[in-house]
Amino acid sequence: MLDLHAIQKSFDDTAVLRSISLSVAAGEIVALLGPSGCGKTTLLRIIAGLETADGGEVLLDGVDVTAVPVHRRGFGMVFQDYALFPHKNVAENVVFGLRMQEWPPEKVDGRAAQVLELVGLAGFAERAIHELSGGEQQRVALARALAPAPRLLLLDEPLGALDRALRERLMLDLRAILKQAGGLVGRPEGITAVYVTHDQAEAFAIADRVVVMNAGHIEQVGRPTELYRRPATAFVARFLGMDNILPAAPLSADPPLAQTPLGPLAYTAPHPHTPTPAHPLTHSPAHLLIRPEAARLLPPGEEGENVVHGRVQDCSFRGRYQIVTVLVAGEDGEGETAVSLKLEFDSDEHLPDVGQPVQLSLDPRAIYRLE
Amino acid sequence: MRQNPLVHKRRGLRLLGVIVLLLPVLFLGLFFFYPLANIFRLSITAAAFYDLAQRPYFRSILWFTFWQAGLSTLLTLLAGLPAAYLFAHYDFRGRSLLKALTTIPFVMPTVVVAAAFRALLGANGPINQSLVGLFDLSRAPLQLEQTLTMILLAHVFYNVAVVVRLVGGFWANLNPRVVEAARVLGASPWRAFREITLPLLRPSLVSAALLIYLFTFTSFGVILILGGPQFSTLETEIYRQYVTFLRPDIAALLALLQIIFTFALMSVYARWQQHTAVSLDFRPQQTNLRRPQTRLEKTAVAALIAGLGLFLLSPLAALVWRSLVDRDGQFTLAYYQALPQLRRGSVIFVPPLTAVRNSIGYALLTVLLAGLLGVLTTTVLVRPSRWRNWLDPLFMLPLGASAVTLGFGYVVTFDRLRTSPLLVLIAHTLVAFPFVVRSLMPVLLGIKPSLREAAAVLGASPARVWREVDLPIMGRALLVAAVFAFTVSMGEFGATSFIVRPNSGYLTLPIAIQRYLGQPGALNFGQAMAMSTILMLVCAVGFIAIERFRYADVGEF
Repeated sequence: MLDLHAIQKSFDDTAVLRSISLSVAAGEIVALLGPSGCGKTTLLRIIAGLETADGGEVLLDGVDVTAVPVHRRGFGMVFQDYALFPHKNVAENVVFGLRMQEWPPEKVDGRAAQVLELVGLAGFAERAIHELSGGEQQRVALARALAPAPRLLLLDEPLGALDRALRERLMLDLRAILKQAGGLVGRPEGITAVYVTHDQAEAFAIADRVVVMNAGHIEQVGRPTELYRRPATAFVARFLGMDNILPAAPLSADPPLAQTPLGPLAYTAPHPHTPTPAHPLTHSPAHLLIRPEAARLLPPGEEGENVVHGRVQDCSFRGRYQIVTVLVAGEDGEGETAVSLKLEFDSDEHLPDVGQPVQLSLDPRAIYRLE
Repeated sequence: MRQNPLVHKRRGLRLLGVIVLLLPVLFLGLFFFYPLANIFRLSITAAAFYDLAQRPYFRSILWFTFWQAGLSTLLTLLAGLPAAYLFAHYDFRGRSLLKALTTIPFVMPTVVVAAAFRALLGANGPINQSLVGLFDLSRAPLQLEQTLTMILLAHVFYNVAVVVRLVGGFWANLNPRVVEAARVLGASPWRAFREITLPLLRPSLVSAALLIYLFTFTSFGVILILGGPQFSTLETEIYRQYVTFLRPDIAALLALLQIIFTFALMSVYARWQQHTAVSLDFRPQQTNLRRPQTRLEKTAVAALIAGLGLFLLSPLAALVWRSLVDRDGQFTLAYYQALPQLRRGSVIFVPPLTAVRNSIGYALLTVLLAGLLGVLTTTVLVRPSRWRNWLDPLFMLPLGASAVTLGFGYVVTFDRLRTSPLLVLIAHTLVAFPFVVRSLMPVLLGIKPSLREAAAVLGASPARVWREVDLPIMGRALLVAAVFAFTVSMGEFGATSFIVRPNSGYLTLPIAIQRYLGQPGALNFGQAMAMSTILMLVCAVGFIAIERFRYADVGEF
C-alpha cells in the first residue's frame, strides 16, 4: 500500500536518511524503532509530506505522492505533543479534519461521537483541551486523526509524553483501537499505520512488523518474534536489550566455528530466510550472540560442547528462573579480557555460591552470528 | 508510475507570499528609509557642519541631552526600586490595581503628562494654592514652571513603570533562600542587599537603566512643553532649528547625530538582553509573596503604597480637577462647553472639538493600517525562511528612530503631501507599527509548529491553516495590538508637530493642547486641561483594555 523508494534526506550536509526503501501492506501496523537521531521521525515526516525528501519517492497504492502537499494527502497523524488546538474544544478538534474535507454537516456530529466512543471518550465532546489529562489528550489526538477516515495513519511517539505506568496500559488499548478502527475508516483489512517509537516494548506490543533503524538506515525488518529470536545485527541485539554479544572471527563455515574472547565457539549458521539487509556504512566485524538460556551446568569431569570455565559473580532470583552472572577469564587468562556472561537457569538448579568456580557448556543452537 | 492529479502548482502561492512580504517592505522603504535617507542627503552641507562645530551652543545642548537623561535615569531607578521591592515581596489588598496604576503613565501621551505636571505644580496648582492658604503666603512658594525639576519629575513619573515591571518581575523570581543564607552567615540586611541581592538584580537593573536612558534621551514633548526655551535637547533642537530658525540643514545634522546615538544605545540594549536572557527560571510570582507581619513592616508597606499611589495619581487628578474649576476655585463646565466653539483670537483655526474628532479618526485608521501591516509582517516573520534573519531587525528599526526625526524626514521629503492628512496617518502608522509587531510576535512564536502541521495533515491548506490556527490564537494579541495602535496614534506628538501646522484644519488633539498650553489666559489653560483630560481618559480606557487582554504579565516595551 505504502512504498518508499530510496528516500534520502540531509540537514545541513548531515545525512539523516540514507536511501531508505520500505513497503507497508494494507492493514499493517509498522513500527519504526530506533534510538533518537536515527532518522525515524524524519522518515515519518517525509511520508506525511511535512518534510521534502532530497531524493527517492513515496508511493501510495502505486501512485507517486512525493510532490503532493501535506494537506492533500488525506493521512492522519498523531503528534508526540498531540498538537491539539488549544482554542477549540474536544469535539471541535475532532471534527477539524471533517470540515477540511467538507463532510456534509449532518454527518459530522455523528462521526465525532462515533470516533470519541471508539477511543473511550464518549461524553467528553464539550470539554476544553486544558481540562484533560495527558492520557485523555492522547486519545483526543488519536480520535482527531482517525475521524476523517485517513488512508494511512502516522503516529510519532504517541505515548512518549506519558509516564511509564500509563504508557503500559495505553499500549494495549492503542493496538486494540487501531485494529478495531478498520471498520471505522471503511477498510475491512484494518487501518494501515506507521508508528515511530524508541521504546522496543511499545513497538513489539503495537506493531505487526518492526523496522529497526540506526544512523539513517534500516538495520532489520521483521515481525516482533523474528526480531527477538534472531536479531540480525549487533546493533539490533544491543538495542533490544540483549547481553552476551561477543566479537567473533570466523574460523570455519562448516561446521560454523568462530574465534571469540571465550575461545573457539561452535554456533548456528544464519537461517537462510533471515533477512539481513545490506548496510554498507556499518559493516562491522561479526559478532556472536549467546542467548541467556544457552548455558548448561557441566558436572566436573564431564565432556561437552563449547565448554567455558568461570566464576559465579552474582545471582539474582527472578521467580521461575534465576539470572546468574558468570565471569569468564579471557582466553589469555588475564583479568583484563575477562568476559561476564548473563545466563538464565531454572530456579531449582543448584549453582555454586558467589565467588566459586563453575563449569558450563554453551549450546551451539542458542548461539547466533550477528552482522 | 502514474502522475498524481493532486499535485497543484505552488507558484501562485509563492507569488502571494512575495506580495504579502513586499507590502510592508515597500511601506517601510517609502515611508521610513526614504525620508531617513533624505535627511542624510540634506545634512551634508558645509554651513551646517561649520555652524555646529563653531557654536558652543550646540555643544551645551549635546551635553545637556546626555546628562539630563543620566540624571533622569538615576532618579527613576531610585524612585522605582522601593516600588519594585514592594511588588516583588508583599501581598496586600489592591496589589494588582496599584501595579496596573504604575503602568498608566507609560501609556499616557507626553502632552498629557506635561499638562498634568503643569496642572499639579503650576503657580495656581493645588499644591501651591494649599501652601499659600496654609501659611498665608502672598505668592506661590514653588516656582517650578520651566525648571529642570519639572522635567525630571515628569521623566521619573513616566518611566517608573519600567523599573517596577523589569526589576520587580526579576526580583520576585529571585530565590529568597539565597538572601536568608547570607543572613544566617552573618550578613546584616544592608550587607545582604549590597552583596547578594544587588548583584543578582544587576541584569534587570542594567536593562531598565538602558531603556530609561533611551526613553529620556529621546524625550521631546516633556522637554518642549515643560522646559520652555531655555532647555533644549537634541530632539527639541531639531524642531527649533527647523520650525523657528528655518535651518533645515542644521536640523538634519542634529537628526543624524540623534539617529547615531539612539541606534548605538539600542544595539547596546539588544546585546545586553541577549547576554542576560539565559537561564531565567520563571517561577510563579505568588510563591515569594507574603503579607506584612510586624508593625514596622506594616507601616513601611502602607507608606510605600500611599506614596506611590499619590505620586502616580496626583498629577492626573490635578489635571481633571483643574479642567473642572475656574480661577476662584469654583466648579465649572465652561472649559468643556467651549470645546465646540471657535473662539475669537484662538491659537488654532478650528474648534477644539474638531481636533478631538480628527484624533479619533486618525487613530481608527491607524489601527486598520498598522494592524494590516503588522499581521502581514508577522505572518511572514514567524515562518522560518532565509529572509527572516535580516527582515526581523529591519522591521524593528522604526522603533529606534525618534518620532521627531520621522516627522522631520516627512516634511523635507513629501513636500506635496504636506497639507494632506494622509501624511499624519502614515506617520502614526509607522510609529504604531513596531508596537503591533511586538504584541503579535511573541504569541505567534509561541504557537507550536506541530499545531500548524496537525492542521495541514488534516487537510488544511496554508491559507486555511492561518485562518484556523494562527488567527484565532492571535485574536487577543490582535486586540492588544489594536489598542496599542489606537493610543499611540491618539497621543503621537513628535512627528505630528512637524507635519501638521497649528492653522491646519487637520490638526490633532496633542497639537491643540500644546498650542493652548503655550498661551496665557485662564480659558486657554482650562481648555488645555479639558482636552488633556479627554485624551487621558481615552488612553486610560485603552490601557485597561490592554491589561485585560494581555496574556503574560511581563510585557515587552
